[in-house]
Amino acid sequence: MSTRTITFTLNGQPVSTEIEPHRNLVELLQRFDLFGARESCGQGLCGCCTVLVDDKAVSGCLYFAPWVDGKTVNTVESLDAEGALSIVQQAFIDCGAFQCGFCTPGFVLMVHQLLKEHPNPSDEDIKHYLAGNLCRCAAYPEIIEAVKVAAKSAVKPAAA
Amino acid sequence: MNQVGQSIPRLEVRAKVTGRASYTHHVQLPGMLYGKVFRSTVPHGRIRSVDVEAARALPGVFRVVTGADIKKLIPEPYYGPAFHDQPILAIDKVCHVGEPVAAVLARDPHVAEQAVQLISAEYEELPAVYDEVAAMQPDIVVHDMLKPAGTFADLKHLKGRTNTNISLDYHLKRGDTEAAFARADKVIEHTFKTQQCLHLPFEPFVAVAEPGDGVLTVHTSNQTPSFVRTEIARLFGWPENKVRVKVPHLGGGFGAKVYVKVEALAAALAMLVRRPVKIALTMEEQFYVITKHPTTFRIKSGVNKDGKVMARACEVLWNGGAYADIGPRVTQKSGFTAPGPYDIENISIDSYALYTNRTPAGALRGFGIPQLVWAYESHTDLLARELGIDPVEFRRKNILREGREQATGTAMKDAAIAEVLDAVAKDMNWNAPFDRGSGTVRRGRGIAIGFKASISPTTSVAIVNVAADGSTTLYTSTVDMGQGSDTAYALMVAEVLDMDVQNVRIVHPDTDVTPYDMGTLGSRSLFHMGNAVRLAAEDARTKLRALATEAGLPEGTNYPPAEIFKKRYGMQAGNVIGTATYVPTYKSPDSKTGLSDNVTPFWMIGGAGVELEVDTETGAVRITRLVNAADCGKPINPGVARTQLSGAAIMQLGFTLSEDMKLDGGQVTNASLADYRIPGIADIPPMTNELVEAEQHSGPFGAKGLGESGTFGVSPAIANAIDDAVGVRITELPITAEAVLRALRAKQGRPLEDE
Repeated sequence: MSTRTITFTLNGQPVSTEIEPHRNLVELLQRFDLFGARESCGQGLCGCCTVLVDDKAVSGCLYFAPWVDGKTVNTVESLDAEGALSIVQQAFIDCGAFQCGFCTPGFVLMVHQLLKEHPNPSDEDIKHYLAGNLCRCAAYPEIIEAVKVAAKSAVKPAAA
Repeated sequence: MNQVGQSIPRLEVRAKVTGRASYTHHVQLPGMLYGKVFRSTVPHGRIRSVDVEAARALPGVFRVVTGADIKKLIPEPYYGPAFHDQPILAIDKVCHVGEPVAAVLARDPHVAEQAVQLISAEYEELPAVYDEVAAMQPDIVVHDMLKPAGTFADLKHLKGRTNTNISLDYHLKRGDTEAAFARADKVIEHTFKTQQCLHLPFEPFVAVAEPGDGVLTVHTSNQTPSFVRTEIARLFGWPENKVRVKVPHLGGGFGAKVYVKVEALAAALAMLVRRPVKIALTMEEQFYVITKHPTTFRIKSGVNKDGKVMARACEVLWNGGAYADIGPRVTQKSGFTAPGPYDIENISIDSYALYTNRTPAGALRGFGIPQLVWAYESHTDLLARELGIDPVEFRRKNILREGREQATGTAMKDAAIAEVLDAVAKDMNWNAPFDRGSGTVRRGRGIAIGFKASISPTTSVAIVNVAADGSTTLYTSTVDMGQGSDTAYALMVAEVLDMDVQNVRIVHPDTDVTPYDMGTLGSRSLFHMGNAVRLAAEDARTKLRALATEAGLPEGTNYPPAEIFKKRYGMQAGNVIGTATYVPTYKSPDSKTGLSDNVTPFWMIGGAGVELEVDTETGAVRITRLVNAADCGKPINPGVARTQLSGAAIMQLGFTLSEDMKLDGGQVTNASLADYRIPGIADIPPMTNELVEAEQHSGPFGAKGLGESGTFGVSPAIANAIDDAVGVRITELPITAEAVLRALRAKQGRPLEDE
């Protein structure tokens, strides 16, 4: 199958790879040993595969890999690249905002986007931004609390 | 130092928020092939032919495998915890839509998927049965012969039975129900139904089988690693130690990932091609693996005017789908609680597990209990209404008190039924005036309580390893899928060994390393494994003290372990290994009367209260308050315990209000998250979650299991509140706006037309 060469910035590092055009972003990231974005529903409904492309949250399962050519991609792994957790990650821990943890990276990234655009989100803002992230363990009350706790501190931007 | 009882974050939090926690989903091995499954499109039929030629010819396809190929490797390729009825790939016939018929192996999963599309099969279609009531008659029989597994002694008599869909019937007789009905002031009967729904863990079923030198390693997202090991070994005719099962973090289970699901297929394929094989299902495929039993529950009570229930007859039909899975156990173990947590002298229970041509049904967060509570608590509410007695008062009059015998004859012990009921009533502010709304928005409130026995008798083994510097490692085969068991055990070990909880590390299940455990299911782990962990830690403590004596340290002082090792071995060297096995006592119910005076090691109690609004023009229901309370014994980690209650209740909200597998000709027509709606963040009502103060005296540090208790009361509390608001009774789940509107319109004498 024919491949295409793509060049993009991945978690702050310039990278280049050959990729078949039908691969999605989750598969592309796995080639770089990044497993924080996880394909679950495969329909862009659950948010487990959330990735930031040019600072905007996308569903990695519906986003063709070649589309990132020339763009900036940030995954959950970028948040603690220097060893320290982001304020959102710490808030998720402090509030117990997850159980199995499978959907957590997607929620964390989406909350980063939310707080960047709405530093003091209302309950409606929170529900609106997180409507596309599902949690089967249903840690929703704790997640809402975590967003509020994180908002009280200055948020470290996801894309440094 | 008090470790147990403090609220601490789970040990693995950092790995989870950074996306670095490892799941089977991520496993990639050198030379690994992906297996994709070709599935039946008919609900019931004999296989005439399977044409795999085009698939085989597709470039990149490594191998195409059918049931006949599996049989060459494994002569009896049938598995299952209660019945060996499920073939790895279909042989001769298919019994439900979505049943695996063939598998394609390729290096590239997309190629394997494409090849699956090129396979075709011809079937001689047979009539199908989907409904549990219809399946009681042998007009359409799903399996030609019943094949119970040897594992459960009480299923042996079913061996070889033909011309039936009943895979287990459980009967209990206590007192004389008929005579009591004749004497009662009123006899009231209702029928309640539940729908087929499913777990949908976000890490869909996945297993990687890796053949090695004298050992087959199975990496799997599974709640029962020890069972998988035994079952895979049995299939191949191997000793257990030739199979190694490893379970990293689990992306949700809820009872879906118990026993064998995709592991046998991955193992068989890997052994056929002698390479690692990964089977990773899609969200859509999960609708064809395991579900929750649809049920029809006919319940009849004789009551006196003073509100005392004199007799209750329960007939429960469990729609088990095409393969038994653990359905027969659900039928019995949940069946005996069908009359509810009430003190009733005359009881009869008839509980039937049935085969139908649907996706198999198994255990889903409550092991059948939520279906039962739905019926008996809706019924109980109707009895109270009929007698004009307040629903809380009516329950207080009838609940099982400490020491009284439950239907089986087992005396209630450490079961905080009254306390849970009181907690729900108190949190609901039940005695305060309640505004029932006006115009098109009417308000109502309802409560419900339920109870559950534990799975018994089951065994757990734990190993505690104290290293020479005092750092400690715990080996168990409990699968922590977010319920916080790792952290709870670490707290227990730290408590016994008088150390900081952060000094304890937990090894994830790996059957080469971690000892036997029956499984992480039925809220059994905290009690069973918790007891084993406590005993193993105590064993280590005893051995440490002996080592101190050996080292010549004076008795009566608590030396830090590091000091003992150094004194004894002259340097940082050695280990102390503590180990223990826990298995509670148990008496199997009598095969004729269904009675036993020791039917469970502990009881779980859960209750819910709901306030809601009904829009009388649309039937839409809006929950404005949800109160959960449960008897958790003495919680080990109360913060985490509360999230278990909350998560379970929200999951049950989905099963109550929206989740429903729709069938057309046996085909699921809403097999995706787009069409099968689970609760999202916008669906969460204001909630409180209360851990009722209690103690389980036989539990570790007074604790008991709680993963399911939050599901018990939710569904009937909602139906009871709807009745309270608008005077209509919904008897079938899910409670959609349409169902409520239909009931409202029927009550007004202007029913909506059928679809």
